[in-house]
Amino acid sequence: MAGFDKVVSSYEEAMAGLTDDMTVIAGGFGLCGIPENLIAEIKRKGTKGLTLVSNNCGVDDFGLGILLPNRQIKKIIASYVGENAEFERQMMAGELEVELTPQGTLAEKMRAGGAGIPAFFTATGYGTPVAEGKEERQFNGRDYILEESIVGDFAIVKAWKADRYGNLVFRKTARNFNPMAATAGKITVVEVEEIVEPGELDPDQIHTPGIYVDRLIQGTFEKRIEQRTTRNEAQG
Amino acid sequence: MALSREQIAQRVAQELQDGYYVNLGIGIPTLVANYVPEGMEVMLQSENGLLGMGQFPTAEELDADLINAGKQTVTMATGASIFDSAESFAMIRGGHVDLTVLGAFEVDVNGNIASYMIPGKLIKGMGGAMDLVAGADNIIVTMTHASKHGESKLLTECSLPLTGKGCIKKVLTDLAFIEIRDGKFHLLERAPGVSVEEIAKLTQGELVIAGDIPEMTF
Repeated sequence: MAGFDKVVSSYEEAMAGLTDDMTVIAGGFGLCGIPENLIAEIKRKGTKGLTLVSNNCGVDDFGLGILLPNRQIKKIIASYVGENAEFERQMMAGELEVELTPQGTLAEKMRAGGAGIPAFFTATGYGTPVAEGKEERQFNGRDYILEESIVGDFAIVKAWKADRYGNLVFRKTARNFNPMAATAGKITVVEVEEIVEPGELDPDQIHTPGIYVDRLIQGTFEKRIEQRTTRNEAQG
Repeated sequence: MALSREQIAQRVAQELQDGYYVNLGIGIPTLVANYVPEGMEVMLQSENGLLGMGQFPTAEELDADLINAGKQTVTMATGASIFDSAESFAMIRGGHVDLTVLGAFEVDVNGNIASYMIPGKLIKGMGGAMDLVAGADNIIVTMTHASKHGESKLLTECSLPLTGKGCIKKVLTDLAFIEIRDGKFHLLERAPGVSVEEIAKLTQGELVIAGDIPEMTF
């Protein structure tokens, strides 16, 4: 690696330095746009006691769900969970700590974390269990709660294309939480479907500038679909 | 007769206006998309980062990178745009969505809504629901008026953990269209063939019945 070249040659190298009890922010929504190979590498490493920040926790045999059987996740901060049986079992048994966070608040916690903003006021969650223990304040007659931002020791991100400098382009709704996650990692690791040379991507079309990216790797992806819904051509 | 799921969606669709940006929740709200009046243009917002959600794809169009908030594969309508989750919730929390339709377990006379958790039973999380109810001004809640056991879901005070406080003004159930105002439920319309007495019996919170209550028309 030299200069701005962020490309690493193996998944082992991509996740080097991840140790027990760290906080990892992951991009993805459901199984869409998840860094599936970086998650698999965490499973292979066997790192334990992790705090995961992600909108969801995958399913039993794919996505972050694969970190559950070996009890690698200590705590998860997510907006919607329980798409897998082992998750529910660990949560109900008190083996897994779950901090349910509204989806917009979760996105903003990452965005703010990456932007150096320690906390922000939002109306979301006021008067609900989410507000418990949080500072409340009125602005223009409306009630808000104070939410703290999140920074991860690692952020793991899936993009579509990148150049070697780590400039990223996402594809369709696989973008979701990935751009915010990319900004919020002390070490941000990105896996992509294709790496091109600097200059090949149109600067006007880049979603995430390379300044946020520390390591970059090209992988192959299963891209599993959670709810395969189709219409018949005849129905129009 | 109580309204079917489709009829609830059909009645909600009458509240749509040309040029509306609309967020539809999972379940009955999703069906509203099937009843957009002919010649009217609405743009559906999906909170995972899509404005201009289209119909389900054909087998050939299927794309793992293109899903809706219910994790279903979808397509993009003409004029659609794609963005990240922070941008998506800037639209929602910034009050830019014209109409939000979502389901609930309970609502009460003070406009509180409970929709995301039944302690000890169902703990899946709120997803974007808390953001939607806090950010939107124009919200319609769709749900059955009472549980299968005949217990009212329109209460003096919600019993389940709240999704939002004081944010619901309109509720469309299988029996009635109700407005929440001044700490009371106001009966606006009743389902065809359903009597005011029936609705009153299944409404636990204070119900105001002013004058003749019209039947819904489809």
